[in-house]
Amino acid sequence: MSLGTLATPYEDDVPISERGPASIDVTAGFGFWLFLLSDVVLFSALFAAYAVLANRTAGGPDGLHLFNRPYVLLETACLLFSSFTCGLMALAFGRRSAPATYLWAAVTFVLGACFLGLELSEFTRMIGEGAGPTRSAFLSAFFTLVGTHGLHVTTGLAWLVAMMAQVATLGFRPVVIRRLLCYSLFWHALDIVWIGVFTIVYLGPSHV
Amino acid sequence: MMGKLTWDAIPFDQPIPFVVSIVVVLGVVAILAFTFFKGWWPYLWREWITSVDHKRIGIMYALLAFVMLLRGFSDAIMMRSQQALAAGDAQGYLPPDHYNQIFSAHGTIMIFFVAMPFVIGLMNFVVPLQLGVRDVAFPVLNSVSFWLTCSGALLINLSLFIGVFARTGWLVYPPLSELAFSPDVGVDYYLWALQISGAGTLMTGINFTTTILKLRAPGMGYGRMPIFCWTALSSNLLIVAAFPILTATLAMLLLDRYLGFHFFTNDGGGNAMMYINLIWAWGHPEVYILVLPAFGIYSEVIATFSGKPLFGYRSMIVATLGICVLSFMVWLHHFFTMGAGADVNAFFGVMTMVIAVPTGVKVFNWLFTLYGGRVRFTTPLLWSLGFICTFVIGGMTGVLLAIPPADFVLHNSLFLVAHFHNVIIGGVLFGAFAGYTYWFPKAFGFTLDERWGKAAFWCWLIGFYLAFMPLYVLGLMGATRRMQHYSDVGWQPLMLVAMVGALFILAGIGCLALQLWVSIRGRAFRRDLTGDPWNGRTLEWSTASPPPPWNFAALPQVEGTDAYWGMKLIARQERARAAGEPSRWQAIHMPKNSAVGVVMAFFTTFGGFALIWHIWWLAIVGAIGVIITALTQAWRVETEVEIPAEQIAAFERSRPQGAIRGEIA
Repeated sequence: MSLGTLATPYEDDVPISERGPASIDVTAGFGFWLFLLSDVVLFSALFAAYAVLANRTAGGPDGLHLFNRPYVLLETACLLFSSFTCGLMALAFGRRSAPATYLWAAVTFVLGACFLGLELSEFTRMIGEGAGPTRSAFLSAFFTLVGTHGLHVTTGLAWLVAMMAQVATLGFRPVVIRRLLCYSLFWHALDIVWIGVFTIVYLGPSHV
Repeated sequence: MMGKLTWDAIPFDQPIPFVVSIVVVLGVVAILAFTFFKGWWPYLWREWITSVDHKRIGIMYALLAFVMLLRGFSDAIMMRSQQALAAGDAQGYLPPDHYNQIFSAHGTIMIFFVAMPFVIGLMNFVVPLQLGVRDVAFPVLNSVSFWLTCSGALLINLSLFIGVFARTGWLVYPPLSELAFSPDVGVDYYLWALQISGAGTLMTGINFTTTILKLRAPGMGYGRMPIFCWTALSSNLLIVAAFPILTATLAMLLLDRYLGFHFFTNDGGGNAMMYINLIWAWGHPEVYILVLPAFGIYSEVIATFSGKPLFGYRSMIVATLGICVLSFMVWLHHFFTMGAGADVNAFFGVMTMVIAVPTGVKVFNWLFTLYGGRVRFTTPLLWSLGFICTFVIGGMTGVLLAIPPADFVLHNSLFLVAHFHNVIIGGVLFGAFAGYTYWFPKAFGFTLDERWGKAAFWCWLIGFYLAFMPLYVLGLMGATRRMQHYSDVGWQPLMLVAMVGALFILAGIGCLALQLWVSIRGRAFRRDLTGDPWNGRTLEWSTASPPPPWNFAALPQVEGTDAYWGMKLIARQERARAAGEPSRWQAIHMPKNSAVGVVMAFFTTFGGFALIWHIWWLAIVGAIGVIITALTQAWRVETEVEIPAEQIAAFERSRPQGAIRGEIA
């Protein structure tokens, strides 16, 4: 949407709040930041539920016996490294280089899929050991918090595929660049949430 | 194939829901048939259903709110009549099973599908006009928000015809709402309807926060924004910060019910009080999401009809944002009886009382705006004066309830019911009616009838006091809320008074309907040709009534607060002259219509219905439909339409020369 251009450029002494409507490049990014903030609030509710229920094991297994930390460290490495390659993808589409964008998107996708695969096999193992989400309130909260993050990663992977299809069909037009920027914000935000998960969920039990 | 859905879900054996279902279905079919044979469907599809114009979306939100008000009020009058009858040996006419659904549906519908759409609708219509811009930041998203709200409203109302609604109260507290105690679909209707409409509300919050912070006419700094925009900003910030908590909490309850998780169950280590903490961490800010924009409406109305700038503009902003922050620090006062201990209860009690301070600042600002003004007692001003008197009473009983020892006595009593109706009817609903009457001529180009408007106001005001003041007394006498029957016949006289109050409110609703009917019939004589019927102070009154799709032919240059008042003083002749110069106008790009909102709501409605009834294949179809709709939108390249400069110049020339009123004393 265009809101019309300003007739005369403003002098520097006009405060930024009085310079008229911002461009779509500004509003799209700003709106997406707000969405990310709301998403963080959603996770904070899940973190709060986990904190309340972490010791409510109902006689079932607790985190100390269930979690395999070196394994989760590998998972974490995959996700954090995918954030780095996502940054390289941002540099690539910043240069409008399609091959480099595809390359780093592919690497990001593979790393994200590895993370997801590791997480799913951890879930499968736990459920196989009788430590599924229905076993206790602690495990309900664990599977919901970690699973919601995993669902976000899954969404991110699907979004990444859609974005590459957009680059292929629509090229680097402004709307596609805006969406790519939003995508990279989303992917980095998932890292921040995961650092919370790693610290509170996986490193937490030793201090109990 | 059809999950849990069988013919047993249709209430053949219960006369009230069954007859109502038949009447409503026939009514909907009649409306659809009438509009079809009149040939209105293409028009409605083109100009309304797929419209991304914030003004049209705002009007549709208000329409949804009015329709849902009728449904919610039907529930209310059934409850009042049941309680007027069912004393001592008499059992009334509603069995407990049905009565429990009615009070649950009443609360859910009134908050989520009357108050919310009304307030969001008014924000939609007014905020971009007051900011001096042509649309919200994300117009297509705005349409999606609206249609998701409709989808949720539709699901709630479907529960009347197919299956049952929750019997748990409007916030579906566990463990009662867990599968073990509510095995039917009632709670699932509630949960999925709110998840779908809640997603729409969150998008609205993001959209309007971005709009207000990033899209304002040149010169409109934060210190010059109309108060309604400030209150809308606070409300939308609260939506962004609070609605995700609701989504997460309801998702946990869904997991308990669908997959056997143990968040809030009695067994497996679950903790039901966690639900109550989480739901009120959303629920208390929700109260301010509703009432802050109403405060903004009163501020606009009182300033306009006092012929004065708002008293204490800056203190009003500080008070609004103060309430915005404090609203997150008081949630525990909804359940002092949880037993968190004296220290915790004292903290939340004091924080609750602190909110009365900025609210008091606002009340004094309104009074000082009226003081010394040239006050015109129009319908919007009457609603505002009625609000000030009524809301102060509601605020004081709120402070009483904030004292933990008093709350232990009054918790879950009719005193509480009287208190929150006091602030929601006297605060939110009166504000919505004030805004509706105030901005109606801007939306449709003719004013509403004042006589029927005033009659509606007096019916509502008298009806409110008759209906709810007895409930305060009954609460102090020990009457609890949600009673299908009571044994103490000594309560019956006051219950009868409350029933009469409900009938007065019914008359008030009738007056509102008549007001609309009379005004539409006499619209030829009620035209607002100036665009400024009230001698207004803010930018929406500088446009034509109704405004063109582009709102402003050229974005206004704002010089101070009360932007239009200043413009009227300075620029009458100059602007009228400039309107005649075609070279002044430039082509405007506006967003194209989009069907993505209504198509997405189609799929969410079916998907939600399928999830409620465990029809898994249909749920998958719904989810795929939503994804495909979103992808289709993502590949739409031509999203704008150009309005040529000649069309804008022609529109401006057609406006009467006195488009800016000059007679300002």
